[in-house]
Amino acid sequence: MTFPGSLDDQDAARAVRYAGAEPVPLWHADRDLRGVDAVILPGGFSYGDYLRCGAIARFSPVMGSLVPAARAGLPVLGICNGFQILCEAHLLPGALTRNAALRFIHRDVRLDVVNAGTAWTSGYAAGQSLTVPLKSGEGAYAADPETLDELERAGRVVVRYAQAAPNGSARDIAGICSAEGNIVGLMPHPEHAIDPLTGPSADGLGFFTSIVGAFAGAGAAR
Amino acid sequence: MARVIVDVMLKPEIHDPQGEAVLSASHRLGFGNVTGVRQGKRFELDIDGPAGEAALARAEELARELLANPVIEEFSLSFAE
Repeated sequence: MTFPGSLDDQDAARAVRYAGAEPVPLWHADRDLRGVDAVILPGGFSYGDYLRCGAIARFSPVMGSLVPAARAGLPVLGICNGFQILCEAHLLPGALTRNAALRFIHRDVRLDVVNAGTAWTSGYAAGQSLTVPLKSGEGAYAADPETLDELERAGRVVVRYAQAAPNGSARDIAGICSAEGNIVGLMPHPEHAIDPLTGPSADGLGFFTSIVGAFAGAGAAR
Repeated sequence: MARVIVDVMLKPEIHDPQGEAVLSASHRLGFGNVTGVRQGKRFELDIDGPAGEAALARAEELARELLANPVIEEFSLSFAE
């Protein structure tokens, strides 16, 4: 998906290709989801981060199609700004707030996979350690204590910062999922870590091979 | 025409690093007696019709839906003087 101000849509498309699937470009002003099997909301600064990160993108025409499709089970991965959009659209609980130390953070972080049962993380093992880049100014995850308790109780924390969250995220949460597990949002960028030539590792590729594998398996069964 | 002011603030329990940065800059400037800063947003809405309950209700709806994120922010409404 590309919004005005998206930055990482091309890297997301490349990651999909690396995983062996065909990326289909979607455009914010076009309500048509073009029959895709899954959607990635990429990183960037959609609509210039006006008002709040992701707040304007939530009302773009394509979201009118995406929100009901996601609620009906379409797999959606939101990375960085995409995670912010998913929270603003109420597809995921909580919100992303300004980094605790105010600085924009751009560095590789270690993540622990907490939930390897989602559509986007089934290729990992729970407890697996991933090194991927984090690059955001408003990446501190916030939610009320009841919501945080519920996320942890239901296994909806998908990835955690292995060391203390550099941005002040509540309970070191780096990514969460919907109750059904088809919608996943995370602040770090797995699409920038799919090949050691261009990233710190290939650890992020698993997000994309997980979802492609889910459909390859379903296709073989049909 | 009614002009409604919508003030949006982070909830008290939400960390406000911008406010803290402004506080520390205040101290560097010699305003040592400033002991706390919270930063928010102010919107001025011009709404057709009289400055009454209906205008306030519309403004509240918009604040809830768009201007504030109720997960982290709270808002208050008033008519412009």
